Amino acid sequence: MTIRASRLAPTALATLIAACALGPAHADEVQVAVAANFTAPIQAIAADFEKDTGHKLVAAYGATGQFYTQIKNGAPFEVFLSADDTTPQKLESEGDTVKGSRFTYAVGTLALWSAKEGYVDAKGDVLKKNEFKHLSIANPKAAPYGLAATQVLAKEGLTEKVKDKLVEGQNITQAYQFVSTGNAELGFVALSQIYKDGKVTSGSAWIVPASMHDPIKQDAVILNKGKDSAAAKALVEYLKGPKAAAVIKSYGYEL
Amino acid sequence: MPLSSADFSAIWLTIKLASLTTVILLVIGTPIALWLSRTRSWWRGPIGAVVALPLVLPPTVIGFYLLLTMGPHGYFGQFTQWLGLGTLTFSFAGLVIGSVIYSMPFVVQPLQNAFSAIGTRPLEVAATLRANPWDTFFSVILPLARPGFITASILGFAHTVGEFGVVLMIGGNIPDKTRVVSVQIYDHVEAMEYAQAHWLAGVMVVFAFLVLLALYSSRNTKMGWS
Repeated sequence: MTIRASRLAPTALATLIAACALGPAHADEVQVAVAANFTAPIQAIAADFEKDTGHKLVAAYGATGQFYTQIKNGAPFEVFLSADDTTPQKLESEGDTVKGSRFTYAVGTLALWSAKEGYVDAKGDVLKKNEFKHLSIANPKAAPYGLAATQVLAKEGLTEKVKDKLVEGQNITQAYQFVSTGNAELGFVALSQIYKDGKVTSGSAWIVPASMHDPIKQDAVILNKGKDSAAAKALVEYLKGPKAAAVIKSYGYEL
Repeated sequence: MPLSSADFSAIWLTIKLASLTTVILLVIGTPIALWLSRTRSWWRGPIGAVVALPLVLPPTVIGFYLLLTMGPHGYFGQFTQWLGLGTLTFSFAGLVIGSVIYSMPFVVQPLQNAFSAIGTRPLEVAATLRANPWDTFFSVILPLARPGFITASILGFAHTVGEFGVVLMIGGNIPDKTRVVSVQIYDHVEAMEYAQAHWLAGVMVVFAFLVLLALYSSRNTKMGWS
C-alpha cells in the first residue's frame, strides 16, 4: 500500500499542477467593479453565472466615483456595473470603454426606511411629521440614491425643514449603516438593501414612487481591459438574460 | 481664491477638533504615561497594550465600533442618554471622543518615554528635599519632560488632523459640525472635483510638512521620541 501511495503521489501532484496551469485556459476569469448597492444581487448572479458558463467572476465592491478614478488610473477591471448612468457615459466619451457595450442593467428603487417596526408609514407621512432627530441620506454629490433623496425632499417641500437633521453617508451602504445601527431613526436607502423575495426584510419602509425623482438608471459597460475577454462578454450577455433579470427583480430593482 | 468657504470652514473645524483633542489627551495622557513609566504592577503590560491598540486597528473598524457603542443601543449611547445628552454620533463632541481614543498612543508613548528617561534619581533627590508629589511633578518632572510634551502635542495634533476613517464612520458629514478637511477632500474626489481636492490636499501637505519639520528640527525632542 505504502509503495503504491508513494508511486501515485507524483502523478497526483502532476495532475494538480496541470489543472492549475490549464485552469484559466478552459474558463476565463472576469474582473468586475460593482456598485455597492448591487452587492447582494451580483453575489447571487455570480453563483448561477459560474455554474452555467464555467467562467469565474471576481467582484470588487465600492463607490462609483472611486471606481471612476481607479479605472482612469489603470485598474484591472474588465466590466463596470455602475450605480448611475452618467459615470459609464463619461468613461465612454473618454474612450475607456468598448463601443456599444453600455446598457442599463437595473433601475434602482428608493426607499425611506427605519430599523424600527411601524416607524415609517406606507405613505411616508413620517417625513412631514418631522419628529425624528436624524435623517440619513447618501452623499447627493456622489451617489445617485442621495441625489434622488434630495429630489424627493424638495418635492415634498421639506428641504429647509430637515436641513439640520440630515446626516450624510459617503455612499448608500453607509447611509444604510446609520439607520441599521439606530443612530439615525430613518433614512433613504436603496430598496435592494432591505428587500428580498418581494418584501421588506426588517423594520418599516415607504417605497418611494419612481415619479418623485429622476430614474436611478444603473448602467454597465465593458471596459477596454475586457475588450478581448470572452468571460466579460459572457457576463454582459448573462446580465441581459432572463435568469439574471429574475434575480435582479427579486431584490427590488426595476428593469 | 481656489478654496471655497466650505473648504475654509472644514479647515477651521479641523483645527478646533485637533486642538481640543490634544489638550484633552495631554490632561488624561499625562497620568497614564506617568503610571506606565513608574509602575511595577502586572497591569503595566495590558494597559500599555490597550493604549497602543489604535495603532493597529484600521480607523474604519474603530469608527464602526464607536458607531455601535455610541449609538442608541450601545452601552456608551445608553449612558449619554441617561445623562440627558442624547447620543453623541453625528456631533462635534462625538468626534472629540473618537479622536481622543484614536490619537491616544501618539500622546501617551512620547510622554512615557520622556518620563522613563528622567529616571528615579531626580525624584529621590526631590523627596529628600521634602517636595510633595505635586511639587515634584511641577518643579522636576514637568521641566525635565518638556521635550516629551512638545513631541506629544505635535504628534497628537497632527495625527488628529490626518484622521479620516473614524470621522467618516461616526460623523455623518455635517458642515461646521463633523465635516473635517480629510472628509472634504474625499467628497471633492468622489464628486470628481479634482481641482478643489488638489488645492485642499496641497494645503494639508504643506501643513504636515511644516509640523514634521518643526518636530525633526528641534533636537531637544529626541528624548521624547526614541
